[in-house]
Amino acid sequence: MKTTPLKLVTVVAESVLGDRICEEMRSLGAKGFTVSEATGEGSRGLRTSELGGKNVRIEAVVGPDAADRILERLAERYFPHYAIIAFVHDVHVVRGDKYV
Amino acid sequence: MGPLELLAANLLSPIVLSFALGVAAAWVRSDLKIPDDLYSALSIYLLLAIGMKGGVEISRFAPSQIVWPAIATVALGLGTAILDFGFLRRALRVSAVDAAALAAHYGSVSAVTFIACSQYLEAVTTPAEGFLPALVALLEVPAILIALVLGRSASNGSGEPMGAVIREVLAGRSIVLLVGGLVIGALAGKERFSPVAPLFVDLYRGALVIFLLEMGLTAGRRARELRRIGVGLLVFAVAAPLVHGLLGVGAGRLVGLSVGGCTTLGVLAASASYIAAPAAVRLGLPAANPGVPLTLAIAVTFPFNLALGIPLFHRLALWMAEGPR
Repeated sequence: MKTTPLKLVTVVAESVLGDRICEEMRSLGAKGFTVSEATGEGSRGLRTSELGGKNVRIEAVVGPDAADRILERLAERYFPHYAIIAFVHDVHVVRGDKYV
Repeated sequence: MGPLELLAANLLSPIVLSFALGVAAAWVRSDLKIPDDLYSALSIYLLLAIGMKGGVEISRFAPSQIVWPAIATVALGLGTAILDFGFLRRALRVSAVDAAALAAHYGSVSAVTFIACSQYLEAVTTPAEGFLPALVALLEVPAILIALVLGRSASNGSGEPMGAVIREVLAGRSIVLLVGGLVIGALAGKERFSPVAPLFVDLYRGALVIFLLEMGLTAGRRARELRRIGVGLLVFAVAAPLVHGLLGVGAGRLVGLSVGGCTTLGVLAASASYIAAPAAVRLGLPAANPGVPLTLAIAVTFPFNLALGIPLFHRLALWMAEGPR
């Protein structure tokens, strides 16, 4: 089957940021995304938004330019003060035109 | 009743005991855990219930009876937050953003503390005026806003635009449920409310016992963080409710509330927010340490008010009404 190389951007952040990051991703070129609840621990320790709070994991398949834009925006606005990580995978998808 | 009997009436209530059970379970690292969804469902239920109960009662008061207590409540929210901010900056040399974060939590209000206080007052047959739930909603917001303004101007702060933060506070679930419940109760009135009263009035106390168990578990887990917090802030977490409570009881007296009303206003002022304030502060003052205010509010101030603050402010309200005996 014919596949297209694209980028999978994954963001794990404290849940208070969930809606904002989804909006940012959409405005920077993501056509869609998947959100799931996540738990875990990192350098910033406990979450704050809820009692004993949660994280969100947001994933989006985008073109390479959009992936760069998203990472830059996250780095500028959220990395300094929030519990958040982001990383990019190379992926091969079917129906590549759906994502860009 | 003497002070000791009042204290015993409070400490031996099922909600305080179940909170203690939660703390003990966390202490021995029990595998007991209240499912998150049950916790969310109960918090929605409790907030809606106090809103609706207050709404039904509110129609029995003339607006003129509520205006002054409402003004006093807003003034308490603003005043205690400014006081805390100044004290933390000057006396404890806390950074501007962290002082503002603490002021937002401590100036705002905890609805569960309010509920515990109403249960206590019911038990000692000194009910407060029925419109007090409306004051809970009123006290929640002003302190958060003034603290964010103070913190942001002192640190030429970053963070989300103020408008977005205000929207977040006002659209937060506690305000929506409390204010929404008040409106539903007021519009429906006693007659139309009575068919749903079995769920929202009678079952409410039982649900509260489960909720307080979860609060105890959370407080117990959070208590482990206390070791990393300085003595000055630990003292603040007990001193602030004492001072705020005194101001609250006094303000209640000034605007002519009953003994139950003065007690409740004192308890409201003494309580610290751990739902609305943390979310707002996280967005409005992202540079502030989010763990410290939350840990102090849940693991020190909430248990303090629950066990000692409520009977103490009741005693104070009695004293102000009747003079020393």
